[in-house]
Amino acid sequence: MGALKLARLALLCAALGLLLPWHGLEDGFKEFRAWPHGNAAPLPVLIGTGARWWLWPLPCLLLIGAAAALGKRAHAALLLLAGGGIIAWVFLMGEAIGLRGLEWDWLGPWLAEAPPQPSLGWGALLLLIGATGFLAAGLAARGGFRGDAFIAFLVTGSGFLLLLFVFAPLTTILVAAVYEGSAFAPSALMARLSAPEAWSLACLSTHQGCGVVWNTLLLATLTATISTAIGLFFALLAVRGGMRAAPLFRAMTLLPLITPPFVVAMALIVLFGRTGIVTTLLWEWFDIPRSRWIYGLPGVLLAQVLAQAPIAFLLLDGALRAISPSLEEASATMGARRFTVFRTVTWPLLRPALAAAFLLGFVESLADFGNPLVLGGDFDVLSTRIFFAIAGARHDPGRAAALALLLLLLTFGAFALQALWLGKRRYTTVTGKGDSGLPAPLPKGLKFTAAAIVWPWIVFTAVVYGIILVGGFVHDIGRGDMSFTWRHLITAFEVEWQDGMALRGSAWDSLLTTLEVAAISAPLTAGLGILLAWLIARQEFRGRRLLEFMTMLSFAIPGTVVGVSYIMAFNVPPVELTGTALILILCFVFRNLPVGVRGGIAALAQIDRSLDEASATMGASAVQTLRRVVLPLMRPAIITALAFSFVHAMTAVSAVIFLVSARHNLATVYIVGRVEAGEMALAIAYSTVLIVIMLVVVLGIEKFVGRAEMARRAAGAPAPAPIRAGA
Amino acid sequence: MTANAIIFDKVTKSFGTVHAVDEVSLAFPRGALVTLLGPSGCGKTTTLRLIAGLELPNAGSIMIEGRDVTRLAAAERRIAMVFQSYALFPHMNVLENVAYGLVVQGARKAAAEADALAMLKTLGLEGLGQRLPSELSGGQQQRVAVARALVLRPQVLLFDEPLSNLDARLRRQVREDIRDLQKRLGLTVVYVTHDQQEALAVSDLVCVMRAGKIAQMGTPRELYDEPADAFIADFMGEANVLEGEVLGPQYISLAGVALETRLRPHPPGAALLAIRPEAVSLHGEGAGLPGTIKRAAFLGQTHEYEVVTPAGQIFVVAPAGAAVFLTGDDVRCRFDRVIPLRGAPMAQTTR
Repeated sequence: MGALKLARLALLCAALGLLLPWHGLEDGFKEFRAWPHGNAAPLPVLIGTGARWWLWPLPCLLLIGAAAALGKRAHAALLLLAGGGIIAWVFLMGEAIGLRGLEWDWLGPWLAEAPPQPSLGWGALLLLIGATGFLAAGLAARGGFRGDAFIAFLVTGSGFLLLLFVFAPLTTILVAAVYEGSAFAPSALMARLSAPEAWSLACLSTHQGCGVVWNTLLLATLTATISTAIGLFFALLAVRGGMRAAPLFRAMTLLPLITPPFVVAMALIVLFGRTGIVTTLLWEWFDIPRSRWIYGLPGVLLAQVLAQAPIAFLLLDGALRAISPSLEEASATMGARRFTVFRTVTWPLLRPALAAAFLLGFVESLADFGNPLVLGGDFDVLSTRIFFAIAGARHDPGRAAALALLLLLLTFGAFALQALWLGKRRYTTVTGKGDSGLPAPLPKGLKFTAAAIVWPWIVFTAVVYGIILVGGFVHDIGRGDMSFTWRHLITAFEVEWQDGMALRGSAWDSLLTTLEVAAISAPLTAGLGILLAWLIARQEFRGRRLLEFMTMLSFAIPGTVVGVSYIMAFNVPPVELTGTALILILCFVFRNLPVGVRGGIAALAQIDRSLDEASATMGASAVQTLRRVVLPLMRPAIITALAFSFVHAMTAVSAVIFLVSARHNLATVYIVGRVEAGEMALAIAYSTVLIVIMLVVVLGIEKFVGRAEMARRAAGAPAPAPIRAGA
Repeated sequence: MTANAIIFDKVTKSFGTVHAVDEVSLAFPRGALVTLLGPSGCGKTTTLRLIAGLELPNAGSIMIEGRDVTRLAAAERRIAMVFQSYALFPHMNVLENVAYGLVVQGARKAAAEADALAMLKTLGLEGLGQRLPSELSGGQQQRVAVARALVLRPQVLLFDEPLSNLDARLRRQVREDIRDLQKRLGLTVVYVTHDQQEALAVSDLVCVMRAGKIAQMGTPRELYDEPADAFIADFMGEANVLEGEVLGPQYISLAGVALETRLRPHPPGAALLAIRPEAVSLHGEGAGLPGTIKRAAFLGQTHEYEVVTPAGQIFVVAPAGAAVFLTGDDVRCRFDRVIPLRGAPMAQTTR
């Protein structure tokens, strides 16, 4: 696409923006009736009547853009001025003048009389899109992006989105942490960051709890260590144990994916709570007194390990398979005994995967919110403490921001350590040569130990999930009343037929919202993710690395931090989104984006670049190449990204618990609420329904993708895994 | 319009600090098959991609058929390219692959498929239109790639090492096919290869590249018989390069031994002398440079020897009918033909 064409489209879009209401409509579309006056007034009316006289540079800049767009040649400098100017002015003025009138006091001499200015609306959105188009056209006209205005628009557009929805919220946290009330106070930041609440070591000497940072670190380290160890035993037994249990193990890895994070916690309460099944048995048979031990570190740890161990297994299983057996055979031929082979060859080669599994467990534990919330008791971690600093009795955004910063630092620290550690070592075990060696069997003692851990763990997992399965269909599993009933499902999902269908069940609202939000955000996530992957992997432009970094950034940010940052950034004009379904969708899109981008980049690495180039030499534009060659070949990756983002959107709780509202509640948040109200059976029944829905989606998609591949294979010779040119 | 289809004027393409193509100026005549030949990393593929528009130069200008295409993207140039991997779209059948270019350039589907069918017929691929590329043999895939390029009626057809994925038997046949097609249709073809035999066999002109520059350009005969320097002498078929002296129009001296030979005109004095292995004959006695057989190998059609002489080690290829020597035999080397090299010492010619 040429720069001039893009500039004209942008002009059209911006002109349309001048007709629509400039500000957001509080009460939806019925306010449209007042157009072009009242709340629905578009920009020209607002400027003409003097209500928003400070926005007069916008039409001027737009005229400059129009002059450049309607000329014979795209004038780069004018387009850049118009595009950049409009974007900068809209946001500067939006920040400077808020709901209470002027926010930036130093502008007093010029803008003291400014009336309150609500958030931006559809008109502003279209004008901003148009301005982005001007900017991109200007960049392309200057020769950037190889002169391809379409690529330029995609890059600048997604860059702005990432800035607005990933980067800007993070900076809001930083800002909030250095403000005391409305006064700038850097010392407050230091005080908050070093508060005894975070760093106290009181638990070593007294009965008081330790600082929340120590709690978090202890929990994360334990979770990571134990789940890595269990995952390792599973992997050893599956790959080297000479057993046929591997498919069972792999089926288990699906469970955490489709289980909302706190569901396991509920099952643990049912089993080990004060009136839990196991507790009662122990009391009745062995006179072991009932206690609340499950609430606190042990319970949270158990729940997190249950979720994390299968993922560790998945990583280590792959790594163990990749170790070429001939390495071990070589060691054996040199006279090493089984255990020596394991200790000197297998173990060192596994170390990078072990580190990866540990890191993942560590980071997931840091970010986990649902389990500590349900099971934590007095044992607070950063994520729950952040939540209560916002939602608790003592609403203190500054404190929440500082705690969020601490959590962010811990997470980034873990990633940095891993990068440092992995950067120094490289083990290539996949050589591409065929290897016909036999993997070394496990040393006897090791095999015995592994079996002694693995089988009880499987039984335990089965019991936990059994509880979830059964719990929704019995009267009161929490108190051991195991008689069958539909009661809970009816409470949640009752449908009444009276003059048409009425959804009377208490869970319908949240379930429908969840499905709607997940169904809207999944295609957006997959689409934007695949598009970004294509830009990053296949296009050459300045700032490519930066774009990649910004995409991956949201992967490293714990959900609680995202939630806090969104509520701080989007609660006030110029971009006010709290209380809408849109903020939930945006939150999911930008949180799950890295999954789509990574999947896309991996898929593109399998598609030979010469296919793109062949398409280009035959006269296809970048858009045509994308549509006709790249996207069809990426279909499996696209579908996987769709499934992942759908499932993630249905199970997430940490970020969205801050963002839901009475009108737009989500299933997970609703369930957490039921747990806190003591309605355990209802919560479990609802969770079962969620798990079934996600299982259907995941398996359905897997089958769909699988069949698509089969159809290709049936049509001809077996296609090799990497998509190479022609062969 | 000039007789040249492609003109480079001081074209430079750098990747980071490496000049892949370094101030290259060249002109390729219309209707000729020109090969770009050189060792890996010499810049030949980059040159081809610059013609295609897959890379844009950092400096200089490129003309194709009288049009300045320097800043034009690949899609806007009237070229077509056959990729080393063929780059057939695996999700389209043969017919869709061949019609692709016409379709994306705006042709109606029916018209595009008719053209594509005709082109498939020209290349002897009738009846394969509905197959997927993965269901074709390597040679068939290669021809589909050529059909896909030709159907666009390009001003220039580019080949990037088109034979490297074929087995040795097929290579000879396919390269003849390409040459026939090019002559029949009067196409301008630029052909990248690292195989000098392939280059000698198919080209009107060979352009040897080294370290981002053009080392020599000429007909295959010129390059073989009159290499500009030791690099080209060695690259265009093997050559023994020895330091010696030109004594007169028919005499040279090697290690102080005067020898009679056929010689390209060269002023008397010290020179680098290139001697093709097949231009050396070995004799048990008589005149010639004395030497000892260090190694002897029988290869069926030929014998190969390495001979240690006072002037240095010489590699000799002797036809099957010639006298046979064993390791350790003393021999006399006589030279049919010697090529004194311009520019002389190697150190100066390799940058």
